[in-house]
Amino acid sequence: MSKTTRPAGLTRRSVVKGAGAAVTAGAITGFPAVHAQEPKVLRYLGTAVNQSSAIAKKVKEDTGITIEYIPVTTDEVTKRAITQPNSFDILDEEYFSLKKVLPSGNLLGIDAKRIKNADKITPIFTKGELPSGKKIGDQGTAPKKVFYLEGPNSKTFASQPTEWITLIPTVYNADTLGIRPDLIKRPIESWKELLNPEFKGKAALLNIPSIGIMDAALVVEAMGLHTYADKGNMTRAEIDLTMKVMTDAKKAGQFRAFWQDFNESVNLMASGEVVIQSMWSPAVTAVRSKGIACTYQPLKEGYRAWAAGFGAPRTLTGRKADLAYEFINWFLDGWAGAFLNRQGYYSAVLETAKSKMEPYEWAYWMEGKPAEKDILAPDGTLLEKAGAVRDGGSYEQRMGSVVCWNSVMDENDYLVKKWNEFIAA
Amino acid sequence: MTEQISLRDAVVPAAEPSPRSGEGARRASRTAGGPGHGTAKPIEAPAWLQIAPFAAIFVVFFLVPLGLTVMVSFWDYNEYQILPAFTVRSYAEIFEGCIAKLPELCVTFKTYLSTLKFCLTVWLITLVIGFFVAYFLAFYVRSTAVQVALFLICTIPFWTSNIIRTISWIPLLGRNGLINSTLVRIGAIQQPIEWLIYSDFSVIMSLVHLYTLFMIVPIFNSMMRIDRALVEAAYDGGASGWQTLWNVVIPLAKPGIVIGSIFVVTIVMGDFVTVGVMGGQQIASVGKIINTQMQALQFPPAAANSVILLIAVLFVIWGLTRLVDIRKEL
Repeated sequence: MSKTTRPAGLTRRSVVKGAGAAVTAGAITGFPAVHAQEPKVLRYLGTAVNQSSAIAKKVKEDTGITIEYIPVTTDEVTKRAITQPNSFDILDEEYFSLKKVLPSGNLLGIDAKRIKNADKITPIFTKGELPSGKKIGDQGTAPKKVFYLEGPNSKTFASQPTEWITLIPTVYNADTLGIRPDLIKRPIESWKELLNPEFKGKAALLNIPSIGIMDAALVVEAMGLHTYADKGNMTRAEIDLTMKVMTDAKKAGQFRAFWQDFNESVNLMASGEVVIQSMWSPAVTAVRSKGIACTYQPLKEGYRAWAAGFGAPRTLTGRKADLAYEFINWFLDGWAGAFLNRQGYYSAVLETAKSKMEPYEWAYWMEGKPAEKDILAPDGTLLEKAGAVRDGGSYEQRMGSVVCWNSVMDENDYLVKKWNEFIAA
Repeated sequence: MTEQISLRDAVVPAAEPSPRSGEGARRASRTAGGPGHGTAKPIEAPAWLQIAPFAAIFVVFFLVPLGLTVMVSFWDYNEYQILPAFTVRSYAEIFEGCIAKLPELCVTFKTYLSTLKFCLTVWLITLVIGFFVAYFLAFYVRSTAVQVALFLICTIPFWTSNIIRTISWIPLLGRNGLINSTLVRIGAIQQPIEWLIYSDFSVIMSLVHLYTLFMIVPIFNSMMRIDRALVEAAYDGGASGWQTLWNVVIPLAKPGIVIGSIFVVTIVMGDFVTVGVMGGQQIASVGKIINTQMQALQFPPAAANSVILLIAVLFVIWGLTRLVDIRKEL
């Protein structure tokens, strides 16, 4: 497709734009000149959560690159990366989907030599450990397992660090249960509380099979029913067991609803229909910004983590590739990192982000210290009053307690089937 | 053909809803319905030309995609691609254990049973409400302006987007919603009623709320074409109100009832957004299964499920058209 359309686009533009130049410089020299003046545009495929207009505005200011966002859902990103690799120039997707996208041959390794801060990327991605050297949980599709490629066109992951990187990390976080402390009125410490009959009809679960089952597995483990070798890659028997526990709970009326969309989870929580549920960090912030108490509750069994990054489609070459590298380098340079950190996410290169944040902001978001001043979101809205402490504490505490990562299981097919059974039960 | 006619007919009486034009419209649609039969031969070529645009659209946007869907449903697949090799794997997996496990129902049967249950309930309720609303509009409202105004009121459920509409049920039906808090305050109940939302009840209510209009329009259309002299004749002959309704109005409104039923049944069979949101994603629907499979990039089983759904819907429509020969009635 692109091989036929792109030169056509070029000629069309060169005709339009070159018209002026042709008068003075002549048609022959006009072509290369026009080529250099091509507007700097990158089509950015990803989920809406990461596609902030503030980032696009700042990129334009700093580099002149226009970012054209293509916002779709997480599953749709994967689908398009596989089926329409010509429809975007840069891909922002989660590491777990690599197991599906890479074998399709549509992903190009990113050259670490061209990424200025490549060696400063947090070791969570490169080695699976905290900057302090502490190892963290690697069940599921931990980024370190899928971070390097054998070569730029390789379809298999490298076990050793190489020059070729699959995705340059943009944002990651540790997920847990959200609760309404004002309605529960007692401390919550374990994942098993999700199925506690005390919250019958007031619990909710994420209706995305691959992620929902990991939350379910954390619950099953916390209840002491089974210990998984890898919660992110279960055997059929383990899937059966997990779904049985959840099906029994569903039949007993434990769940008020399942949610699939970010806004649904916010509504369930804010309206008081649900007091405990799997949740994403910005959803907790959204509930709180309505003046309703909501805690992103740290639990003793640990967090389920996820991470996303920039990838390059196979069709990315020449000037577009230069632009993509320029954009990625800008992204790791600190401004975007600070922006993400202020939303409660974590950024890939910590030291550059730190340089763009106020010390009190860094202390609150990253060091788990009480806020010295009011904490504001990037858009200026008040998130927390002075004195507040972040749920779960510091970066080391939160990321250090990660036990598993979002994943695609080898038995994914079977899982989807079982999940449909669970919904129908 | 049926579809074409029903769509046009739905528009005709709304445009000229005075009772007298009913017979005119009926005659007009009769002649328009069979241009090839009654008229002379030289029309043949232009007749082909006339149907060509619709036929082209029908082929490109319906037959070709349908053919592709059927084809893909017989293909194999893996994590990231569909493999063009003939297999009945998708169908086998859909019906896996369906016979062996009886009398316990397999997922597919359970889902279809649940979908059929919604279908039947919603169909009955929309039929009763739709029939009487249409009856009121056709026989009691005399002024065209009032009829148009009342019709517009019927479309109110469609003024907002599906998501906003379904989300706004929470403040009304939720645990702390308007109805529950009112009932608690006046002392009618002690504890909030839980089943007002995220239950079969809320799904049915929401579907009825949305789709009654699809029943009203075709029934109203049929009723407007009933010759008022027939009603008067029945009355003069000594028939009671109910006898007239049962023996004159309902038989003559049958085409509208069947067309409305087809609308409602087909929409409810394929609906998964309303069932999902109002059922708290805890109630299975065929559409949701297809949706989940598409998101997991399992296109062949998704295609196989849609083929089966299509066959199920065709069966229902076939059954309905057995009751009334729509082509003859129009």
